[in-house]
Amino acid sequence: MAMDEDKPEPGIRLTERQSRARRARSIAIAVSLGLLVILFYIVTLVKGPGVLHRPL
Amino acid sequence: MSVTLSHAEPSIAGVGDYIALMKPRVMSLVVFTAFVGLAIAPGHLHPVIAATALICIAVGAGAAGALNMWYDADIDARMARTQNRPVPAGRVAPREALAFGITLGGFAIVVLGLLVNVIAGALLAGTIGFYVLIYTMWLKRRTPQNIVIGGAAGALPPMIGWASVTGGLAVEPILLFLIIFFWTPPHFWALSLYRAQDYARAGVPMLPVVAGEPETRRQILLYSLLLAPLGASPWLLGYAGALYGIAAIAGGAAMVALAVRIYRDRTPVVAPGAAAGEQRQAHAVCKQMFAFSILYLFLLFAMLLVDKFTGPLVGHIAA
Repeated sequence: MAMDEDKPEPGIRLTERQSRARRARSIAIAVSLGLLVILFYIVTLVKGPGVLHRPL
Repeated sequence: MSVTLSHAEPSIAGVGDYIALMKPRVMSLVVFTAFVGLAIAPGHLHPVIAATALICIAVGAGAAGALNMWYDADIDARMARTQNRPVPAGRVAPREALAFGITLGGFAIVVLGLLVNVIAGALLAGTIGFYVLIYTMWLKRRTPQNIVIGGAAGALPPMIGWASVTGGLAVEPILLFLIIFFWTPPHFWALSLYRAQDYARAGVPMLPVVAGEPETRRQILLYSLLLAPLGASPWLLGYAGALYGIAAIAGGAAMVALAVRIYRDRTPVVAPGAAAGEQRQAHAVCKQMFAFSILYLFLLFAMLLVDKFTGPLVGHIAA
């Protein structure tokens, strides 16, 4: 049991650089999604009931 | 120094690398020309919807850039100008660039189609498809006419901008399309004259590599001679005012003058045998042409905007 605890955890261990890059990417994705939500919200307000009306 | 990433290795790509994948400098010109198409179109578009259209066009251009970098990573790795791009430099794995491009492109097309109109969405889809499938995957490695035909993709954004407002097309956006279409060859061939060795090393059949420098110089002159009157055509056909006409004639004359200098200068730009000083001079003229062509296109489109917003004022003063 004690020997098992000494073993490193299975799976990929990220380096410091990889961790920083992943965190930055995660924040960028969150910001992008947030902006997309805000865009859809504002466009819905602007278009009003006609939001689904899409003239060719 | 490049790093090769295995499929299992976690990514080291930063946000800046993904921005670089979107070719921000190309994107800025795309957005500007689309904005002009949108601004000069008749009718009214709510500013929020107009901004949405421009964001979608920008993101769509970025998607096309990312897909281009995914497919052309092998070429980019062999060219000095492009070897530090995120994929050949090993900072972004090819599959990441592919997924990024497809995701962005899909979002841009669907959002533009849903929130603005279906015609604009379809035109954006056609633009991305043309750039990736026709230019990048088919023409670029096969024919020296690659940038001539492929230039159509770069010429479409003003039409998308126009269609975002009107839901259709007309003569004016087609003229803008033609201006960019005929502007592309002299612009890129000037670059390819002083980058010919790079293209040859990468196996890209650009005109100087396949047909030689003299033929490229001749083609630059021919396209510039076509471009100059085409640039003035919005004024000649009555779609733009005198301010635009003056700028277009002056800019077109400068383009032709530079093309004549390139045509008459027989010093090889890259071939050995020429004196170093003469070669530098030949380089300088081609670089001048490349840089001025960007300014010329910017000037034409900026003057269309100026004309649009000062036209009523000028007319009022004249009356």
